[in-house]
Amino acid sequence: MDLSSINIYVLIASLMVSATPILLAGIGELVVEKSGVLNLGVEGMMITGAVCGFAIAVQSGNATLGFLAAAVGGALLSLIFGFLTQVLMSNQVATGLALTLFGLGLSALLGQGFIGVKGIDVNPVPLGPLADLPGLGPMLFRHDGMVYISLAIVAAVWAVLRFTRAGLILRATGENHTAAHALGYSVIRIRLAAIAFGGACAGLGGAYLSIVRVPQWTEGMTAGAGWIALALVVFASWRPWRVLLGAYLFGGLTVLQLNLQAAGAKVPVELLSMAPYLLTILVLVLISTGRGVTGAPASLGARFHDSG
Amino acid sequence: MTALLHLQGISKSYPGVIANDSVDLTVEPGEIHALLGENGAGKSTLVKAIYGLIKPDAGQMAWDGEPYAPASPHAARGVGVAMVFQHFSLFDALTVAENVALGMDHPPRLRDLATEITRVSQDYGLPLDPRRTVGDLSAGERQRVEIIRCLLQNPRLLIMDEPTSVLTPAEADILFDALRQLRQEGRSVLYISHKLNEIRVLCDRATILRHGQVVGAADPTAASAAELAELMVGHRPEAISRPVHHISEIQALTVSQLSLHPRHEHDTPLRDITFAVSEGQILGIGGVAGNGQDGLLAALSGEQPTPANSVRLFDEPIGHLGPTARRARGLLTAPEERLGHAAVPDMSLTENTLLTGWRRSNLAHNGWLRWRSTRDLTQDVIGKFDVRTPGPEAPAQSLSGGNLQKFVVGREIRQSPKILIVNQPTWGVDAAAAAAIRQALTDLATAGAALIVISQDLDELAEIADSFAALNEGRLSPVRPMAELTTEDLGLMLGGASKIATPQTEAAQ
Amino acid sequence: MIRLEQRPTPAKAWAIAAPIAAVLLTMIAGGLMFAALGTPPFQVMKTIFYDPLFHPQFASYSRPQLLVKAGPLILIAVGLSLGFRAGIWNIGAEGQYIIGAIFGAAVGLAAFPSDHPLLFPAMVLAGALGGLLWAMIPALLRVYCRTNEILVSLLLVYVAEQLLARAAVGFLRNPDGGGFPGSRNLAQHPGTANPELFAASGLHWGGVAALIAVIFAHILLTRHLLGFQIRVAGQSPRAAVFAGFAPARLVIFCLCFSGALAGLAGLFEVTGPAGQISIDFNSGYGFTAIIVAFLGRLSPIGILLAGLLMALTYIGGELAQLTLGLPGAAIQAFQGMLLFFLLGLDVLTNFRFRLAKRRSA
Repeated sequence: MDLSSINIYVLIASLMVSATPILLAGIGELVVEKSGVLNLGVEGMMITGAVCGFAIAVQSGNATLGFLAAAVGGALLSLIFGFLTQVLMSNQVATGLALTLFGLGLSALLGQGFIGVKGIDVNPVPLGPLADLPGLGPMLFRHDGMVYISLAIVAAVWAVLRFTRAGLILRATGENHTAAHALGYSVIRIRLAAIAFGGACAGLGGAYLSIVRVPQWTEGMTAGAGWIALALVVFASWRPWRVLLGAYLFGGLTVLQLNLQAAGAKVPVELLSMAPYLLTILVLVLISTGRGVTGAPASLGARFHDSG
Repeated sequence: MTALLHLQGISKSYPGVIANDSVDLTVEPGEIHALLGENGAGKSTLVKAIYGLIKPDAGQMAWDGEPYAPASPHAARGVGVAMVFQHFSLFDALTVAENVALGMDHPPRLRDLATEITRVSQDYGLPLDPRRTVGDLSAGERQRVEIIRCLLQNPRLLIMDEPTSVLTPAEADILFDALRQLRQEGRSVLYISHKLNEIRVLCDRATILRHGQVVGAADPTAASAAELAELMVGHRPEAISRPVHHISEIQALTVSQLSLHPRHEHDTPLRDITFAVSEGQILGIGGVAGNGQDGLLAALSGEQPTPANSVRLFDEPIGHLGPTARRARGLLTAPEERLGHAAVPDMSLTENTLLTGWRRSNLAHNGWLRWRSTRDLTQDVIGKFDVRTPGPEAPAQSLSGGNLQKFVVGREIRQSPKILIVNQPTWGVDAAAAAAIRQALTDLATAGAALIVISQDLDELAEIADSFAALNEGRLSPVRPMAELTTEDLGLMLGGASKIATPQTEAAQ
Repeated sequence: MIRLEQRPTPAKAWAIAAPIAAVLLTMIAGGLMFAALGTPPFQVMKTIFYDPLFHPQFASYSRPQLLVKAGPLILIAVGLSLGFRAGIWNIGAEGQYIIGAIFGAAVGLAAFPSDHPLLFPAMVLAGALGGLLWAMIPALLRVYCRTNEILVSLLLVYVAEQLLARAAVGFLRNPDGGGFPGSRNLAQHPGTANPELFAASGLHWGGVAALIAVIFAHILLTRHLLGFQIRVAGQSPRAAVFAGFAPARLVIFCLCFSGALAGLAGLFEVTGPAGQISIDFNSGYGFTAIIVAFLGRLSPIGILLAGLLMALTYIGGELAQLTLGLPGAAIQAFQGMLLFFLLGLDVLTNFRFRLAKRRSA
């Protein structure tokens, strides 16, 4: 095994790329869960975003349009979930699962004509002299726009939740929907907005896979990333910056694992491939033992019916 | 002078209950007005109408002499009515300032609001740090959040629903000072309570409600606690005719130094509860809801295990045993919440019989359910206790409150308990069903079983109990024979003033 | 304004009507989807729902497929339904299915080329054990560490898939296979095969096991205290505690039972229709079974019918792929849609629509 082939700057640069899909999906799901809704359909929304984004990007030759389409696609799909769970009060767990199953089918259907199609090139954001900094340049400043946008979304979510009235109302709704309703806030409307935002973010995350990271369309290409994003929110104790931390840790692990495979480590490939999932489980276990899961919104997953 | 608020002939009824029956009430500017009555007397319904949460069926309200009919709390707040609820509408994970902001229609910036909160809290002597998380606050501090939320809106009438039920005596004194200051500023307070002592020290006038009707007005500073208690509780009814029965020397259940941590937020802990009940005896435990009744029932039923020796059944330690093992030994219970605790709402009566009867009534042989026996038993309960239902296959939630309660109590009585513990057996139950349930309970005691009846209804306990103790903030007063107690004693014990009323201290005086 | 109002008692009739209405609505919405794809909707519906059973040319092949596909779906769904009823969400049946197949196949391959009459029963036991052990992981983690069983059971699917890949190219690879991935063919060896029991019926031991599971679960739920406990725990957790039913035992039982059934399904598949352990041996039965469980209202008899219906859409979908050139994924979206409609219509079991004149505050 030749570990010298692993370059730390390249490792960190590719870590950021590898983490971006789950970071986007995770931060979106964080907002949804903060409003008190558990949407288990992240995987389905991601894969739908992946196919929408790829299709539009390839046809228009424009990555930005692709990402926009992915966000719209993910949001529309999430609103099916929103309508069923918020208006028709269906079970959130079952409906989220249905969303994942439906999304996998729908994406495969939409992606029929795009299997094997070559993706488009996405150029890094020209950051001028920053990109030429020794070491830091290739590590941090030669990425495509979505990497920076994902960071901006994390910062924005953090700031909105923490400093704005809209964020306050969102948190209050997730905390105690009965009290929020009693104070005159429209629980259902707030939650629908959060669900749509989560769908858009998951769509972006999926599209990042198909447009930038792979870049190609294959059926089922998200391979559990949506579920890892869900675990990420638990890991982060529902805090935005910790989602970033978790996503980058996970991204680092994935990249390291790929590098070890490439370097010819004497470990079966399959063991390395399953490592991210096993570690996610391990982290979940560590978090839930001890003090137990902390920071979960108190109304998470509970059904709300305005009986008044 | 125009009254601030004038109510005339307010009536409101719910299916099966008349909550308010032609109630008149006048609140003057700058007074603290007590609304006094037992639980279920209709106090909360009345203030909800004033705050715009419900619409009365009949009657008029006037505010400053103008007709007043608030369509929503928002409208009520608009004229200057503010209300502090008994169960707070707070968000535990948020800070004090955030909670206050959420309750305001046009909140200032959070930083300015924090300054404002600090100022108001200092002005009224209600210390509160706006940056703290509400979940970490004590009950008294949580209440302050609600009060300050109200005060920031500059109200002319502040309604407080049982504000001291969650306070320690020291916290209550702080609150009273703040309320007096409000009075000095010319604001009015409508103060709902059943605690006589505090009304006497705090309020200017009192209106007393019983069974939804105004039964009198009094000057609490002049009237004695005994007079107020008499008005509130009413005439003590004659004990129902029951055959002379024998209270055995054998103690069926002994509880000693039973303590229980709060099982969830807003739960009252149990502190050092000690009592015993004998075969043939009915022990009545009175007290306002939320003083630890649910916890006591859970500890006695076995849902909440405790140290083995804290609960003993015929001298066998059973504190560590679960509900099934306790039932097998003859300890049966009927909790307050009928749907979702005592019974599964969607399941049939037959299935609900199985719920508590499978072991003691041998309805599951090696795990195999004996549906025919279960149905027969259910049919028997329905017949014996006059449960009005289409049949044993009707789902529990299709029954009226009274009929379901007859079923729940009957289900346990039919299994011949050695000791039966019931919590609020006639709460929300129509009069006929309530009478039937009480009769069934006394019959059970006459037959030799020990009974514990936890109830908020003093009339009920006076009617059926042999002895009485009051549960107050998780503490149980000494047990005293019912026959010795005057109406005044009952009122005082409930108010947590049991110590001054024990015979020993009387003798010492 | 239209408002939802809680019904005093759940509408029993609607509980039965909802799945049927959901199927009809899915046919309409699916028809529109197929029309958008440029295929005539009525012909698609006929191809999916009618031709597999009655087409003069294809039915002889596709009719037996009905039981081949329905068997594992029903077997897995019956197991899942018990947990779903009690609020215990095993959504990793796909992983348990894989591990069951690997365990069972490993026993068979270890004994190769034995054709001892007890070999196949031993493989069946090993398969059930494999699924059970794999499901035991989320069960124990939930009971002792309070870890969410949804995420753990699901993540374990991806771990199981890697184990499967390892098995196919590594420890279970056919030594006589010339280095190609995949195990020996178990279906072609008398000692390890799970053959069709009646010619052209499609019924193999897996179908028999599914039928037994349906009957077993039905009896459990209607006649045994354990089933009663499951129902109470799901409908009213507080009443379950009051009755003295221990939640932890239910979690372990429900997860292990569903894991064992999924493991069995995997074993019967690998020894029958699939024939060997290969990298892409699993085909999503574990996930589709979730739809089957809900479509069957979590009741064993309902699941039996729902499993047959879902199998029909699988075969019909393949047929539509063949004859109409319909994309294979369309049927997956069609199945997801069915679940959506069902969940949406479910609300009417407990609520009804009311025209609200005014909002009483």
